[in-house]
Amino acid sequence: MIEITNVSKRFGRSLAVDDATLEIQAGDSVALWGVNGAGKSTLIRCMLGLLSFRGTIRIDGHDVRKRGKRARMCVGYVPQEIGFYDDLGVAEAVRYFGKLKGIRMRSTEGVLERVGLLGHESKRIRELSGGMKQRLALAIALLGDPPVLIMDEVTASLDVAGRQEFISFLSELSGRGRTMLFASHRSDEIANLAGRVVVMERGRIKSVQSADAFAEGLDSHVTLHLLIAASARGEAIAVLNRGGYSPTMNGVGVLVPVTARQKGGPFALLNKAQIAIDDFHVLTRHDVGHVRGTEGSTA
Amino acid sequence: MSALTGSTTRLDGAVRTPAFAPPGMVRNIMTVAVRELRDAVRARWFVLYTLAFAVLGLGISYVSAVGAGGVGLSGFGRTAAGLINLVLLVVPLMALTAGAGSIASDRERGMLAYLLAQPVSRTEVLLGKYVGLAGALLACICLGLGACASVLAWKGDATHPASLVWLAAMSFLLALGMLGTGMLLSVMARKASVATGTAVFLWLCLVFVTDLGLMAGTMAFHLRIEELFALSLASPLQVFKMWSLHAVDSSLDVLGPAALYAVEEHGGSLHLIFAACMTAWIVVPLGCAAVIFSRRRIT
Repeated sequence: MIEITNVSKRFGRSLAVDDATLEIQAGDSVALWGVNGAGKSTLIRCMLGLLSFRGTIRIDGHDVRKRGKRARMCVGYVPQEIGFYDDLGVAEAVRYFGKLKGIRMRSTEGVLERVGLLGHESKRIRELSGGMKQRLALAIALLGDPPVLIMDEVTASLDVAGRQEFISFLSELSGRGRTMLFASHRSDEIANLAGRVVVMERGRIKSVQSADAFAEGLDSHVTLHLLIAASARGEAIAVLNRGGYSPTMNGVGVLVPVTARQKGGPFALLNKAQIAIDDFHVLTRHDVGHVRGTEGSTA
Repeated sequence: MSALTGSTTRLDGAVRTPAFAPPGMVRNIMTVAVRELRDAVRARWFVLYTLAFAVLGLGISYVSAVGAGGVGLSGFGRTAAGLINLVLLVVPLMALTAGAGSIASDRERGMLAYLLAQPVSRTEVLLGKYVGLAGALLACICLGLGACASVLAWKGDATHPASLVWLAAMSFLLALGMLGTGMLLSVMARKASVATGTAVFLWLCLVFVTDLGLMAGTMAFHLRIEELFALSLASPLQVFKMWSLHAVDSSLDVLGPAALYAVEEHGGSLHLIFAACMTAWIVVPLGCAAVIFSRRRIT
């Protein structure tokens, strides 16, 4: 259904997507996983024809560069944050985008009911909450029942309740034979929606795994983020090194990679050395990437 | 190569490819145009420009009548000449700023990326916006000039409908040229504020610097009369001024020696020359905007 062949995208000197090759079969639900800047959104934008790129992308056999309109007919797209015309009414927006997809609608009720927006037809878009806007975007994406649904970190701007609600909407859709490709860095989305996970790192596709294997990998190794007073951090590093760990400083504490079943070890060592731990967090592999990525960008 | 071959959810024969083709170019252009027109007539700029145009037009009608020795509003033929100067000021400003805000502001809001992720081409979006805004400008010109004509007719003075229609038609052509130029600025600029600022600067140059530049150039380089006329044709405002006055009074005495030369030398073909220049001002900027827009990165 989607064939991505040797796709590269460069922004100036930075290589945002590096020789990505991927084939997604009809009916697959695939997550693009990676930290910010891994190239997930750039790859999606290439698929939608919003960016020029090297290589080839075909959706349902249509080259997105040569037959862009035909390829996009097969795609429903939900962006991270929708930038609708604020003055547009909900029903008006559905009709407008329906027309662009070649659909004549007598009524928008069915479409809006599908995503739980029935009763909000006359509201202006600026009156909708973030979650409702995303549901509207989903309603528009599903117009014409396209075989492919592409989503780019769709829950990033939602609160916890909105996110759970939206994921439950999507999980209903994913079981109906539709091909889904979505960028995410949230493990709950992967667990609920993905059948396969494409791990991206610095623009490259690092691995392709089943969702179960990916979840096991996430759980098997974690990192302890120990908040320790600055004056004691050096000594803590030395103690943990002697204990066989590989700790690193991160500015406000110490990061210690451990296996999921041995989280108590570093605490015992530091306690024995009488080094006080003010607080701690257990980070997944992805969270660590974010902590390091943030440091790198602010340094 | 990373290949996803397994299918997590597949319904036999349930992968749906839209059976219908994407809407044609004209249909998509009209869909975008209607949306743009509706947005424009709801916008403050449209109301303000229309009011300003009508009020100033009535003022000019009154003043020109008084200046000619009469009392009150009289003689639309003479008034038309006065209105030309108003059109020279208002219409380019209105069209340039409307065009400059069109693409750049949608890009800033994220609306453009979302729109182009639908089965619609960039050319269709650009032309749709152009047609929609052109419709709004035509409405503004007709309302402004129509108000003047209505008041003159109400006062019992001759309105010379032919002069009015000529003036409206040429004002619209000038608006089309300036709208395309504004859209060219819009596709080139990264921010809407930069595009609008550049449009206002260009308007200042066209309105004030062109006249002064021609005068200075004539004195500094001792330009011959035919060179001065040729240079005048490079400015759409000069073309509009000469063409509209030529339509009202074929002698063009009021515009000085270059215009007198034009009448003597080119006589009956002047209309063709002016039409060709104005057409170039409509087609070239819009064509350039389409080419640049088709290559721009959409973020």
